[in-house]
Amino acid sequence: MSMVNVKIDGVDVSVPEHTTVLKAARKAGIDIPTLCYLEGVSGIGACRMCLVQQNGSPKMLASCVTTVTDGAEYVTNNAEIREARRVNLDLILSTHNATCFTCVRNKNCELQSLAEKLGVDTVEYEGENPEYDIDMSSPSIVRDNNKCILCRRCVAVCNNVQEVGAIGFINRGFKTKVGTEFDRGLAEGVCINCGQCIKACPVGALSERDDTQKIWDALADPDKYVVVQTAPSIRVGLGEEFGMPMGSRVTYKMAEALRRLGFDQVFDTDFSADLTIMEEGTELLKRIEDGGPFPLITSCSPGWIKFCETFYPEFNDNLSSCKSPQQMMGAVIKNYYAEQNKIDPKKIFSVSVMPCTAKKFESDRPEMNSTGLPDVDVAITTRELGRMIKQAGIDFTKLPDGKFDDVLGESTGAAAIFGATGGVMEAALRTVYEIVTGETLTDINFTAVRGTQGVKEATVKVGDLDVHVAIAHGLGNARKLLDSIKSGEKFYHFVEIMACPGGCVNGGGQPIVNAKTLMDTDPREVRAKAIYDEDEAMALRKSHENPSIKKIYEEYYGEPGSHKAHEQLHTHYTKRQKY
Amino acid sequence: MDNYRAHVLVCGGSGCVSNHSFDVLAELDKQLEKAGLQDEVRTVKTGCFGLCVAGPIVVVFPEGTFYCKVTPDDVAEIVEEHLLKGRIVRRLLFHESVAEDETVRSISNVSFYKKQMRIALVNCGVIDPDRIDEYIAFDGYKALHKVLTDMTPEDVVQTVKDSKLRGRGGAGFPTGLKWELTQKAAGDKKYVLCNADEGDPGAFMDRSILEGDPHCVLEAMTIAGYTVGADQGYIYVRAEYPLAVKRLNTAIEQAREYGLLGKNIFGTDFSFDIELRMGAGAFVCGEETALIHSIEGGRGEPTPKPPFPSDAGLFWKPTLLNNVETYANIPHIILKGADWFASIGTEGSKGTKVFSIGGDVVNAGLVEVPMGTTIREVIFDIGGGIRDGKKFKAAQTGGPSGGCIPEQYLDLPIDYENLKEIGSMMGSGGLIVMDENTCMVDIARFFVGICVGESCGKCTACRIGTRRMLELLTRICEGKGVEGDIEKLEKLANNIASTAFCGLGQGAPNPVLSTLRYFRDEYEAHVRDKKCPAGRCKALLDYKIDPVTCVGCGLCARECPADAISGEKRKPYVIDQEKCTKCGDCMEVCNFKAVYKG
Repeated sequence: MSMVNVKIDGVDVSVPEHTTVLKAARKAGIDIPTLCYLEGVSGIGACRMCLVQQNGSPKMLASCVTTVTDGAEYVTNNAEIREARRVNLDLILSTHNATCFTCVRNKNCELQSLAEKLGVDTVEYEGENPEYDIDMSSPSIVRDNNKCILCRRCVAVCNNVQEVGAIGFINRGFKTKVGTEFDRGLAEGVCINCGQCIKACPVGALSERDDTQKIWDALADPDKYVVVQTAPSIRVGLGEEFGMPMGSRVTYKMAEALRRLGFDQVFDTDFSADLTIMEEGTELLKRIEDGGPFPLITSCSPGWIKFCETFYPEFNDNLSSCKSPQQMMGAVIKNYYAEQNKIDPKKIFSVSVMPCTAKKFESDRPEMNSTGLPDVDVAITTRELGRMIKQAGIDFTKLPDGKFDDVLGESTGAAAIFGATGGVMEAALRTVYEIVTGETLTDINFTAVRGTQGVKEATVKVGDLDVHVAIAHGLGNARKLLDSIKSGEKFYHFVEIMACPGGCVNGGGQPIVNAKTLMDTDPREVRAKAIYDEDEAMALRKSHENPSIKKIYEEYYGEPGSHKAHEQLHTHYTKRQKY
Repeated sequence: MDNYRAHVLVCGGSGCVSNHSFDVLAELDKQLEKAGLQDEVRTVKTGCFGLCVAGPIVVVFPEGTFYCKVTPDDVAEIVEEHLLKGRIVRRLLFHESVAEDETVRSISNVSFYKKQMRIALVNCGVIDPDRIDEYIAFDGYKALHKVLTDMTPEDVVQTVKDSKLRGRGGAGFPTGLKWELTQKAAGDKKYVLCNADEGDPGAFMDRSILEGDPHCVLEAMTIAGYTVGADQGYIYVRAEYPLAVKRLNTAIEQAREYGLLGKNIFGTDFSFDIELRMGAGAFVCGEETALIHSIEGGRGEPTPKPPFPSDAGLFWKPTLLNNVETYANIPHIILKGADWFASIGTEGSKGTKVFSIGGDVVNAGLVEVPMGTTIREVIFDIGGGIRDGKKFKAAQTGGPSGGCIPEQYLDLPIDYENLKEIGSMMGSGGLIVMDENTCMVDIARFFVGICVGESCGKCTACRIGTRRMLELLTRICEGKGVEGDIEKLEKLANNIASTAFCGLGQGAPNPVLSTLRYFRDEYEAHVRDKKCPAGRCKALLDYKIDPVTCVGCGLCARECPADAISGEKRKPYVIDQEKCTKCGDCMEVCNFKAVYKG
């Protein structure tokens, strides 16, 4: 790869050929304003903000789609360019229904930031705008076209990264709007609820359905016994909602905050992650014994499950029958825990905090009701928890360390790594290896399954058997993997698929990182590192070593895969119509 | 071989067809048979003659008698008087074919045609487009033969380069250079595309070529395929041209039958085939990358260049895209040579250009003139001047992306650079003539309205900017403009022109900017005085009754739907401006021309 030398605003910078002027400028310490640019997702030159001029020509070029020419001189910032940007931003503002005070993205909005940066404090080109109804059909995602600035990032992530295609463009010109096929509600289409679109949106046109009021109501209800569980990914993401650096590990501050919010019990989804490993590991061993069906595919990602049911229903029988850790925990709380502590399950209000918007869909699934009532009553996202903590006036960053409650609060490092792509696979391998061989692992780290490469594969020797495994994250990669299995090109025993690129640490419910930061920081890597650090810091790092897990089987389920375990901790799937 | 003593050519272009020229043709055949002349007189359906305002057109050869506005009821007389008895039916003659001394001129001596130089349109109005033999008889496919048997791809590139032919779609990019870039691009699968989307309202140059001489495009595309190394061509034709589609399909079938398309053309190892792809009602799909995406099945939206289609176009393969008229010139350049072509036109703009003249001009239709012809010559000498004896005010060239040219530039020689310098552009060749009763603010609004409807919606500047320009212009035309609106409009127009993603957006402000440049006083009258000097903008007009002319008959008062007119019998009536809805009924019914707008 040869290098190209250019001057940007008089600053010399050398970059590999095919680099965009936008990226080259960033390297030179120059921050060109953007709106429609999203790293790894979309660079299409549509918003007309990132304008630059080249070699003294008055022609304005979009720097996000212009590659550097050797020896060229670029200007990113003169009076003409600034005026051009201001007028274009003015035009965008004239179509945006600004309700900043009551908007969920207030103070975390790229449009607000840009207006402030460019010094646009009045809208000159006000005009008529269409009025759209807000789409609240989905349990996970709320769409408000009145706020949409048509940056196209959501459509890009849904079509090109997730390859679901739930949203696209309807009409053209000024009447263009983002919508589903036949302009239906999101829930009526093929949307799988992953929420990546929410994170792609620079403004408040897309947001998670806010379920926090249900929790406030339950907490205030003296008749309700309100319990909460938190996924592994929350503890490496929640801090960002309070301005802490990305990847800050806030596990025990989080537990303390939940305690202070008034939950009767603060449980850890990591416990049920360990439980999932016991059930799923046993399932894998049974498949190996039975000679199939292969591959066994993980089932803890509800976005992936809905995707499978909709686009690849032929793999429904390959899916693990295990519920996700969220749902297993829900069942354990309303059965085991309720019985042990003589609490009427009808009085239990079970809350989960997830990095995921699809968990709202999962908790509502008709199969998830082991007691006749929903196993989990409300699932909220990391962002919603952040809002609750702020509303309660809790100064998060100054909190002392709290703790999870016993029994359903004890977990291992294997559970912690569920949040990263490859984590479920690694956790399963740690347990399966030791159970099958009877030996202790010399190296507990299965690094071959870690990392952000879209499709990963490995062969692990477990006793006499070469276990072939594969991992995919992001549904575009899932398609690649599944197609290679379908065609017979590839064979695997065990496959882990996560809907979100990077795994749950980059879930649709995690803190939204602005597009500028994303240009040089990858949350998938930074947060995953924090997860692996959590793992290393734990005393116990294998699911089968968790004393609480041993206890729950001894006292209640008997053994993994038992009849009782199947009744409460397992589920089944359905084929879904696309249109 | 048949030996006819006369040929009767009937125009089969869309304009005349919609005016029942096919009925005229059918009646001709019927009458000829009735008179027993069917073996002596041959009827020929041709393409567009160009004088569309005078259609349906019937031309009788060998004399070249130019009949216009012929109806089926006139046919019997033509057959009886002209064909049987040799007596020209004078009442049907096109007025320019009657000289001052009452002699009848042949069609080629009529001033409408005399000043033209027809290269791209040479066969239109001459041959039957549905008969490949006629195309061949007029040197058709000779150029292809020469290229395939006697020239290398590099030879062809050099010839086209030397001719200095520039793209006729509007941008005027050097055609030879485009062919060279595509030829040099790496890749063993390439495509040749023809842009027949012709989106500019009022433009029908390409339509006429496709309807009247489809083979010239097929031949040129095949030559292009050989030159750049492509084996597949697509003609992207707008769906609103069903007759062109029909004629193209017939031509393609006939060419395939004759081995002029398909495998091993002329027995060489060069194979090339052409298929049609239809548009779906989007002006923006005339932009090359949007056109390509439309063929690929995607939304017709432009994408960034580079990469240019010559490197990565249709399905990411090197693609050559040229306009219909550009292709129409190619066979002539091959046969007559680059020097011949370069000898026509100006220094920077060689060859001829087809214009579709419309608006307030006498001879509205299609003309082809050498580059360098002045606007005055086109409008007055060929176009016959302004209708109804009114005054010239402005001419719009280049469609919605073009600009208005005022009187002071009538003697400007037409060429790419000249038009750009005065704030307009060549565009695809639309030329709309406007008389003194045209409101230039209203014209700007009209063209901006087109861009608003056709904007693809991708980029901020065009999607929102054109809409806001339209809202501003509408307010101004409705008399709601306020001080500062003109400056606001100008600033926005300049911004859109310099920041829009593609040519549609970049050109959309041109009508605004050019009318502001030359007719700013009209804008100011609308905003400050709330008056429309041209008398067009309804909201700014008052209907008044001239007390001198009014005889007091009371008819207008009886007709007025708003009860706004009052008066006594035989005394001048008066319109109450507060009640008047400006419907104009009073003016229509007045038998004394006493009602006026002012």
